[in-house]
Amino acid sequence: MGSYEFDLWVFMLAAFLGFQLIRGVSPLLHTPLMSLTNAISAIAVVGAILLAGEKDASTLSRILGFSAVVLATLNVVSGYLITDRMLKMFKRREPEKK
Amino acid sequence: MTDSILGGGVLPILYMLAAIGFILAIKWMNSPATARRGVIVGEIGMLLAVVGTLLRAEVVNYQWILVAFVLGTAIGIPIAYIMPMTAVPQRTAFSHACGALASALIGTAEYYKGLRQGPTLTHVEMTALIIETLLGFLTFTASLMAFGKLQEVLPQRPITYKGQNFVNLGIFGAAAGVGLALIFAPGQTYLFPIFTGLALLFGILLIIPIGGADMPTVIALLNSYAGLSASAMGFVLNNKLLIVAGALDGSSGFILSVIMCRAMNRSFSNVLFGAFGQLQTSSGKVAERPVRSASAEEAAQILEAARTVVVIPGYGMAVAQAQHKLREMFDILTRRGVNVEFAIHPVAGRMPGHMNVLLAEADVPYDKLREMEDVNPEMPMADVALVIGANDVVNPGAETDPKSPIAGMPIIQAYKAHTVMVIKRSMNPGFAGIDNELYYMPNTIMLFGDAKSFLANIVKELGALVRA
Repeated sequence: MGSYEFDLWVFMLAAFLGFQLIRGVSPLLHTPLMSLTNAISAIAVVGAILLAGEKDASTLSRILGFSAVVLATLNVVSGYLITDRMLKMFKRREPEKK
Repeated sequence: MTDSILGGGVLPILYMLAAIGFILAIKWMNSPATARRGVIVGEIGMLLAVVGTLLRAEVVNYQWILVAFVLGTAIGIPIAYIMPMTAVPQRTAFSHACGALASALIGTAEYYKGLRQGPTLTHVEMTALIIETLLGFLTFTASLMAFGKLQEVLPQRPITYKGQNFVNLGIFGAAAGVGLALIFAPGQTYLFPIFTGLALLFGILLIIPIGGADMPTVIALLNSYAGLSASAMGFVLNNKLLIVAGALDGSSGFILSVIMCRAMNRSFSNVLFGAFGQLQTSSGKVAERPVRSASAEEAAQILEAARTVVVIPGYGMAVAQAQHKLREMFDILTRRGVNVEFAIHPVAGRMPGHMNVLLAEADVPYDKLREMEDVNPEMPMADVALVIGANDVVNPGAETDPKSPIAGMPIIQAYKAHTVMVIKRSMNPGFAGIDNELYYMPNTIMLFGDAKSFLANIVKELGALVRA
């Protein structure tokens, strides 16, 4: 512990990196971008796994951790799949008529 | 981390690779050509993070986790594949709710765990924990409310009452106050449920006065909150990967909501507390004024004779599911040598990029989807501007009437086109309840009817014209 100052620096730099990256995203893809970042922020699953998998967790921890793993997994799975499903639809030219 | 079976140095490297994957995933979203590659590196990043975490020495109890994985996947896959594209805003709101709740639940568990393990909760940890749970719980209920409004389970018009902002700020102040008390006295466990309740309540109250037209901003803002909540969790767990991923999501949502606000020439506080889109009773009944209307046949003739047609879609197109018929019209006109383009206003629809996804779904090539700033200078050269289910985003009052509620909002300058055609159900004012001068202009032709069936008629007439 005590490394919160370092953590704050990490946060600050990551937020600025985020600002720069998002600015480069075309408005065309704002909807898939949102579902992608949603899937990425489901990285909370890491915290959930640590809670649910602990050796001597209390029942409360276990239940909350379990629910959080379900919710985060749901976001990871549906987030990435739907982003890809949307991106597949963006085509440049008329597809050849079959 | 050092006693992990992965060995001391491997886990941090896995987490770092995961972070790199997420950064590249977002970077590659800048072009449709690389975006799918981005999804793959994002997935790999997530996989590395999850596998790395599962192999940590602290994680010993796997059966619960596996059951949860299976359950989450079993719900997630059908949501991703069965859901129609028109429901994307709802799904986004729903997943914000899930993500925020997950993070709030973890925060809650960490709080009680910290108490159980003795005096380990420092002020710093408690601050991060309070931010995590506050944002998590309020985003959870707010996103559920947004979901309800988008799904039309709840009324889409803003609901307001006297002193609403006062009540909302009061509840938020109370939540923040109790949270502050918990930071300084973590042992006062009775405060935590009160804090949770206040945060949940504030989330609900926050969305009650929000109208459908403001949903793009609000969804983006909730996206940001959900990310920041995950980032705060990173501070609690001392995990850089969570901090980075959460910060990326947080800044993404924030930027999107800033873009949305700018596209409406409004401030955050105005969106959140302005209750935009109420029925404007003060303006009273607008006098009946004559408009020109035309049939599908006449519309088809005008379109067929045009060289350049700019289509301006709005939420009404999504409601009528008219994007596929629009694409048929696009095909016929393109084959006839008419240049057809789509002008997309940043806040058209119910979330950022909503129209683009619907038109892409209907196989409209994305190089025909143009941004407002690029299209406006070319508008005077357009023979026809075809407005479908859009209203406020083409309202010239935003430019000419300083007293208009949308004064100063950048619009797509449909009125500059040689001929303007507006497909609209009736003369009822649009979402913001603002009368639209565009409909009464001499070069405007109103096409009354449902967007989908009217377009179907136009397509039929065009087909007849082409054969003739």
